[in-house]
Amino acid sequence: MTGTSSDLTRVDVAGLSRLLSSGEVSAVEVTRAHLDRIAADDGRLGAYLHVEDDAALAAAAAVDQARATGAELGPLAGVPVALKDLVVTEGVPTTSGSKILEGWRPPYSATVATRLAEAGTVLLGKTNMDEFAMGSSTENSAYQVTRNPWDTDRIPGGSSGGSSAAVAGHLAPWSIGTDTGGSIRQPAAVTGLVGHKPTYGSVSRYGLIAFSSSLDQAGPMARTVLDAAVMHEVIGGHDPRDSTSIDTPLARLADAAREGAAGDLRGVRVGVVRELGGEGHTDGYEPGVLVRTREAIEVLASLGAEVTEVSCPSFDLALPAYYLIAPSEASSNLARYEGVRFGLRAGDDGSRDLDEVMAITREQGFGPEVKRRIILGTYALSSGYYDAYYGQAQKVRTLITRDFGAAFADVDVLVSPTTPTVAFPIGTRVDDPIAMYAADLCTLPASLAGLPAISVPSGLSDGLPVGLQVMAPALADERCYRVAAALEAAQDAARGHRLLDELGTPAGAA
Amino acid sequence: MTSTADRLVEFDEVLTRYEPVIGLETHVELGTASKMFCGCATTFGAEPNTHTCPVCLGMPGSLPVANAAAIEATIKIGLALGCRIANWSRFARKNYFYPDIPKGFQTSQYDEPLCVAGHLDVEVDGTTHRVEIERVHLEEDTGKNLHVGGATGRIHGADHSLIDFNRAGIPLVEIVTRPVPGAGRLAPEVARAYVTELREIVQALGVSDVRMEQGSLRCDVNISLNPVGDLEWGTRTETKNVNSLRSVERAVRFEMRRQAAVLDSGGRIVQETRHFHEDTGTTSSGRSKEEATDYRYFPEPDLVPLAPDADWIEKLRAELPELPAARRTRLQQEWGISGTEMTWLANAGALGLVEQTVAAGASPGDARKWWLGDLARRANEAGTELGELAVTPAQVAELVRLVNEGTINDGLARQVLDGVLAGQGDPAQVVEAQGLAVMGESDELVAAVEAAIAGAPDVIAKVKAGKVQALGALVGAVMKTTRGKADAPTVKRMLEERVLGS
Repeated sequence: MTGTSSDLTRVDVAGLSRLLSSGEVSAVEVTRAHLDRIAADDGRLGAYLHVEDDAALAAAAAVDQARATGAELGPLAGVPVALKDLVVTEGVPTTSGSKILEGWRPPYSATVATRLAEAGTVLLGKTNMDEFAMGSSTENSAYQVTRNPWDTDRIPGGSSGGSSAAVAGHLAPWSIGTDTGGSIRQPAAVTGLVGHKPTYGSVSRYGLIAFSSSLDQAGPMARTVLDAAVMHEVIGGHDPRDSTSIDTPLARLADAAREGAAGDLRGVRVGVVRELGGEGHTDGYEPGVLVRTREAIEVLASLGAEVTEVSCPSFDLALPAYYLIAPSEASSNLARYEGVRFGLRAGDDGSRDLDEVMAITREQGFGPEVKRRIILGTYALSSGYYDAYYGQAQKVRTLITRDFGAAFADVDVLVSPTTPTVAFPIGTRVDDPIAMYAADLCTLPASLAGLPAISVPSGLSDGLPVGLQVMAPALADERCYRVAAALEAAQDAARGHRLLDELGTPAGAA
Repeated sequence: MTSTADRLVEFDEVLTRYEPVIGLETHVELGTASKMFCGCATTFGAEPNTHTCPVCLGMPGSLPVANAAAIEATIKIGLALGCRIANWSRFARKNYFYPDIPKGFQTSQYDEPLCVAGHLDVEVDGTTHRVEIERVHLEEDTGKNLHVGGATGRIHGADHSLIDFNRAGIPLVEIVTRPVPGAGRLAPEVARAYVTELREIVQALGVSDVRMEQGSLRCDVNISLNPVGDLEWGTRTETKNVNSLRSVERAVRFEMRRQAAVLDSGGRIVQETRHFHEDTGTTSSGRSKEEATDYRYFPEPDLVPLAPDADWIEKLRAELPELPAARRTRLQQEWGISGTEMTWLANAGALGLVEQTVAAGASPGDARKWWLGDLARRANEAGTELGELAVTPAQVAELVRLVNEGTINDGLARQVLDGVLAGQGDPAQVVEAQGLAVMGESDELVAAVEAAIAGAPDVIAKVKAGKVQALGALVGAVMKTTRGKADAPTVKRMLEERVLGS
C-alpha cells in the first residue's frame, strides 16, 4: 500500500499508522493526499465547513520533523482527522452548523480536540452538521447540504453527516461525531461506516457545543471497528473539566476489537430487541433493512453467540420522551446565543434596545428546526407544565433504563437495526419533522439510558448501506467493539473485501 | 416611580392599625480563592474582565465544575444557623435573559438546597426574637452592569452599557428567612439585628469578608402589613439591594409607613420589587412580580448531585469556631459588664477590637473606654467603621499602658493618638518623637510655676486670704505654658508648696 497520494486516502488508520511509523510515507504526504482529495471532491459532497489547508500541512511537517530528529512519537502521529463543527477548536472557526456562530474563533479547545492533537493527529478541518446537532440528515445545516457518497441524491445521515460523508467519501480517514439521539450511529449506518456512541460520561463533553447536556457524547466514526476503538481510546477517559465525566479507567477497547475479529463469539449472549423491528414492530422499517439485520444476527449465531429475543416494552416511549428532554435542555443551552459576547449580532443600529437586539439576533441566527425545539423545550419547562412534560419524560427515561437493566440480566449485548431505513433522498423529509425524527427510533433508547452503542455495517439494501446496532451495559463499551468486529470480520471475509470498497473512487478524483 | 410622591403614615401611627411581617433574603459572596464553577480569581477591584475564562463567560462548549471550598463554606453557614444539611442536593438552572448572566441562566439551587430549616436568635431591647431560616443555598453571582451616559447610572436614559464579568461566577450563598411576624414596632430593629448577627456569624466562620459596601453582603427585604388581629398576612413587597445595616432598618421603616398610607386610602399593595435609595431612605417601584418571569427551573445536567457525607458534616460541625452569641456571653462574664453594655459594644462593631486590646494587655475597662469613646467619635467624624481606623488594638493597649504608667496623661494620650492615626508609628515612638511625655519636677516646670506665681499677684493674695481654690487658675496657666505636658496634680502640689509654704 504505497505510491500515489490517491491511494493514501483509501488506507484505514491502522494502515496509515504502519506506513507513517515505518517511514514509508511522510505525514505531509498523507495530509496532502487528503487535502487534494478534499479539493477535488468536496464540491460534490459538501462534507467540510472549513478546511485547515496550510495549517494542516504545517502540523504534518512538524510531525515529520519531530520524527526526523528521532523523537518518540505515538502510533497516530501524522494521521489526519476531521472534527464535527461543534467540537471547539482554538483559533479555528467553530459554528455548530449555525449562522449565529458564523465567524467565531474560539479562545480554547475541547478536551477531545486537545487529546487528538496530543496524540499527534493532524486536523484537516471541521465537518458540516445539522444546526446545533438537531436533525438526522444534515439538511438543517445553515451553510450547505452534504451528500451521501453512495448516492449523492441522498442524505449522509445526521446530525454528524459531514463527518460520515468525509470518511465514507475518503476525505478523511476517520472523524469525530457526536451523538445525542443517534447522530453518530445513524449517519455511520447510512454511509457504511462504523460509529460508536460511548457510555455517557466516558468521553469528555468539555468543549462540545451543547445540544442536550444529559445526552450528548462524542465518539469515533471510522471505516473499521478497530480504528473506531483506537480513536475511542485516544479521546476517552476521565476529564476533571467535565463534572459528568466518569473517573474510571477505560476498558481495553482496541484489544476487544482485535479479539472480536478473531471470530469467536462462543459464550456471548445476544438479545434481539423485539420492539426495534421485531415481530409486531415492523411499521416504518424497510424490508431490506430487516433482512440485512436478520442475516447479521445469523452471522453472530454462526460465530457461537447465543441469540434470544428480548422485550423492552418501554422503548416505544423513547421517541416522545426524547423529544421533550432534548429540546428542554436545548432551550436552556442555547440561551447564551444572544449577540452580546460572541457570534452574530443583528439589528444593533443604535435605535433598538437590548431586548430587541437579542430577539432580532436570535430570529436571524437560528434556523427553523432550532427554533422549533427551543419553543418546544421552553414550553415543556414552563411553570405548570414541567411535571406533565419534562418530569414525565424523565420518568420514562427511568423505565427505559430499567428495561435495559432487566434485559442485561439475561444477555450481554442487545442488537437491532441502527435505523429503520437506508439513506433517504435529500428533501423528502425536511417538511415533515415527525418523519425525520423517526430516523432515530432505534438509537434513542441507548441515548436516554446513557449506554454505549455501536453501528457496524451489515450489508447493502438496494445498493445502500445498512447498519446493525450493538448496545451494551454502561461502561461495557468493549462488548460493542468485540461483537461488531466479529460481524465485520466475518462479512468482509465472506464478501472478499470491505463493504466500503464497493464505493469506487469517483471519476476525476484520482 | 417617584418615591418622593409617596404619602407616608407616621411610624407610631402605623402600629396602631397594622402588624408588620418581615422576611430577609441575604446574599453573601464567599471569600473562596476561585470562582464557583471555574478557576478564575475572585479578588475585588481588578481591571474589568481580567478574571474571566471560557467557563465564566459562558462560551459555547464550556462546562462548570463545582468549587468544593464553596460547598464546604455553605454547609458551615448552614450548621452555624442550626440548619439540617441535605444528604442529597442539586444545582438547578434559573433561566432568564440578561447580559450579565453569560449563559442565559444562573446556576442556582431550587427545590433541593444544601441546607434547610434553621434559625437565628437576635436580641433587641432586651428581648429575644427568633428568626426562622428557611434555606441556605449556593449559587453563582452575575456580572456587573455599568450604564454609561445617563444621569442616574441606571439603565433608563443610559447611552450604552458595559459589563464586567469579573464578578460573574463568584460563589454566592443565599440565606432566606421564613416570614417573621410579631416584631411589631421593633420590626426595623429586628431586621437590622438579624443582618448584623448574620454578618458576625459569617465573619466568625471566616468564609466571607461580608463587606456590605463592596457588595459581598447584600440584602433584599420583604415587608407586608396586615390589619391588627388579622389571621391572614398582607401582600408583600421586596426591596432589593439594601446595602448597609442602617439601610435595612430604614427600608423596613419606610415600607411600613408607605404601605400603611396605601392601605389607609383603600388601596392595595402590589406584589413587586422595589429599589431602595440610600440618599433619601425611600423605595421606588421596580418590576411587578404579578407578571413574574417564569424561570423554568430544571436540574442542572452539567453538574452531578451533591451528597455530602454524614461524617464530613459532623467533622465540619465539630470544627465550627465559637459563634458570636456564645462569645458575647463569655466575654460579658469575663469583663463583668452588663448585657446593655455588651450590646453597645457589639452594635458599635467594637467587640473584636476590645477583645484584641484586652489580649494585648489593657484592662477591659480601659479598652472599652478608648474604643467606645475617643476612637468611636473619630470613626464617626470620618464616616468610617471602627475597624477601618489606622490604629491597631495592640497600639491602643500600648497607649493605655503609657497612661497607666504615668508616662502620659489622658490629654497627651489624645495627641499621641493623633500621631498614630497620622501614621507616625506606635504610641511610644510618637511620645518619643514629639516629646509628649509628662514633665517631671524639672527646671522647666519649676520655671513655669514660678513665672505663673510672679505673673498673678492678685491670685496669690486671694489664696493667702484663704481662697485656696483660686490656685486652679494658676494650674491652668502652667498647663498652658507647658502645652499640656505637665502633670496637673504635680503642678498643684508645687504651687501649694510655694504659695502656702506647706
